Amino acid sequence: MDERFAAAWGLLPVYLSQHVLLSLTALFLGFAISLPLAVAAGRSAAVRWPSLFAASLIQTIPSLALLALFYPLLLALSALSVAWFGRGFAALGFLPSVMALTLYSMLPILRNGVAGILGVDPAAVEAARGMGMTDVQRLMRVELPLAAPVVMAGARTAAVWTIGAATLSTPVGQTSLGNYIFSGLQTENWVYVLFGCAAAAVLALSADQLLGLIESGLARRSRWRVWTGALGIVVGAVAALSPLVAAPSGASYVVGAKNFSEQYILAELIASRIKAGGARVTRKEDLGSATAYRALAAGEIDVYVDYSGTLWTNVMQEKNNPGRWEVLSGLKKGLMRRDGVLVLGPLGFENAYALAMRADRAKALAVSSVADLAAHAGSLTLGSDLEFLSRPEWAALQRAYELNFRKETAYQPTFMYRALEDGEVDVISAFSSDGRISANHLLVLADPRGALPPYDAVILISPRRARDRRLIAALAPLLGAIPVQAMRAANLSVDRDRNKLTPAAAAAMLARLAKPAPAE
Amino acid sequence: MIELRCVSKFFGGRRAVGPLDLTVGKGEFVALLGGSGCGKTTTLKMINGLVAPDAGHVLIEGVASGAEPPYRLRRRIGYVFQEIGLFPHMSVAENIAVGPGLAGWDKPRIAARIVELLDLVALPPDVAARMPSALSGGQRQRVGVARALAAGPALMLMDEPFGALDPVTRDALGRDYRALHERLELTTVMVTHDVMEALLLADRIVVLEAGRILADGPPAALLAHHPHPTVRALMETPRRQARSVEALAAGDAHG
Repeated sequence: MDERFAAAWGLLPVYLSQHVLLSLTALFLGFAISLPLAVAAGRSAAVRWPSLFAASLIQTIPSLALLALFYPLLLALSALSVAWFGRGFAALGFLPSVMALTLYSMLPILRNGVAGILGVDPAAVEAARGMGMTDVQRLMRVELPLAAPVVMAGARTAAVWTIGAATLSTPVGQTSLGNYIFSGLQTENWVYVLFGCAAAAVLALSADQLLGLIESGLARRSRWRVWTGALGIVVGAVAALSPLVAAPSGASYVVGAKNFSEQYILAELIASRIKAGGARVTRKEDLGSATAYRALAAGEIDVYVDYSGTLWTNVMQEKNNPGRWEVLSGLKKGLMRRDGVLVLGPLGFENAYALAMRADRAKALAVSSVADLAAHAGSLTLGSDLEFLSRPEWAALQRAYELNFRKETAYQPTFMYRALEDGEVDVISAFSSDGRISANHLLVLADPRGALPPYDAVILISPRRARDRRLIAALAPLLGAIPVQAMRAANLSVDRDRNKLTPAAAAAMLARLAKPAPAE
Repeated sequence: MIELRCVSKFFGGRRAVGPLDLTVGKGEFVALLGGSGCGKTTTLKMINGLVAPDAGHVLIEGVASGAEPPYRLRRRIGYVFQEIGLFPHMSVAENIAVGPGLAGWDKPRIAARIVELLDLVALPPDVAARMPSALSGGQRQRVGVARALAAGPALMLMDEPFGALDPVTRDALGRDYRALHERLELTTVMVTHDVMEALLLADRIVVLEAGRILADGPPAALLAHHPHPTVRALMETPRRQARSVEALAAGDAHG
């Protein structure tokens, strides 16, 4: 408990500074766009209704989806930019997050801005006109000062929304306080989840209080309040952002990870190898499966671990299963030719998609393979992780065994295991390297027809780093060095309920369990 | 000073004012008198360009409005209206300073002017630092007049300036303003629906009905038997009321 809290505390400067930078930029942009728009909307009904409608519409898009949608959009724009100007930009991380959050912050500022300007006493407006103020003078000296408290109330709402929604930028590769929540959820590290929620809440409440001070200062025409609030925001922002300035700049390796425990542990292991070689490392974690590969091909991350079967079916679009070594050598050639991505080699274990059942239940039904399962499927429920049901592997399984479950439900992997344990589902899409298979007494069903391809964990290196000798030398000792038992033990140490290890501690354990690299 | 030549204004296809011709000479105090919807406020606002006429010409000191941006014209014309429209986020001094500021005066001159104007509208100097919300209705309207006079206009436009005040304050403020009109040699056009106010303050009364001029003359001339029955009825009202009040007072004295 204490150790996890200390680990969370240690990550705070980095997560908080990124979170504040992201929220502040989005709010600033949101304000800079919404306020002039609100003024225009206050003047003309032809601007008012479309802009308010658009802002409300954006608000109805779930914030996570809004963030996710910017990634493919920016990726396409970046490709266009490469074609036209010879330069692309990062489609992952800060840019999509800041764009989505900017859009998200606009509605309250816009709505309150319009209400504030339309709510200015018509007599004051007429006096301003009657005295000979120009339109701009009237706006700056009468309408905006009188609307300011209402506008600030909108900015306050926007700040709270944006700081909250910024936690969702973690899956598109932007570090934020959401990193605690997402990684905590995956590894069932509730200390992390609570810590992330509390940190985001404290940040949002502080911003709310300081903006509230400015708002009441504007309403009561108290300079003291306005300046105290503004000063508080500046001091807070500078303090939160200081780790960004203190961090040394320069080239570093970006290690990616998808969104489950094994990926966090392997990312820590790779990071520690690179650091041991004297280089610096930054992280992009919690990436979606397809996002991770595209980010690597685009050079936004330099190295991560993927699985041969996933690449074979999803990236290479292959439908057959020629066997383990053919898949590996096919990938090595195919990915290099297609994207310039280097398949450094397999780590030595497989993390295969497999269907698993509780051992007692399998015994009762006399099921030991997917073929046996097919006869009972009509009365059983399948629990899967969030992506399995839309993956080609699932389609291949269904085709090969004519599987038709009574019901299929998708879960976060953590909750999927819980659902199986509680009997809510009968069969799950498990991962063969998952420590919970033996810990929870699960039976992995055989795949006699070979519908599922092999899933060797392989290290992938981005095109940009494909000839980087230092990187390759640092990672080569990991190849073939991690047996599946070691990986399962490491995964379990993170996933179990008691005595949990952090991914970093599990990576250290895995490094000790790893076989010494074969002498060359 | 002011010349309206055959001006008309339409609202939603309906003619609100005009065709109307009106000339106001320098130093005159003219009351535009009429019931609600007769077009008196619209006529007033066409003088300083708050309402643009759909037909006809407006000339101020011989210059056609439209020859310059309307805000420039308005800076030379004082404007007071019933709602006053003091800026609630500015102190009394800051409200008065707006006009001179727009005219580009320097700070010492503006500061001196604020003191001078508060004295002129008979307000104590300590009012300067107060916010409009801390003033009484009469004080607010005095500040409204001071603000309109601040940049030293020769022409004042007033739209029911004292309409929202209690009768005593209203009478006092009206007489004070009339004195200012004399002292500062202003030209004033005042809109009112109050016949008594028009009779007691103005040199000349223009009676409007449905956007047209019904009668135009000095109060005494209108009080004398006027050919138009509406004007006659209008002028008869205050007299009848005065007689009734006299009779009441006499009855009270004898009773």
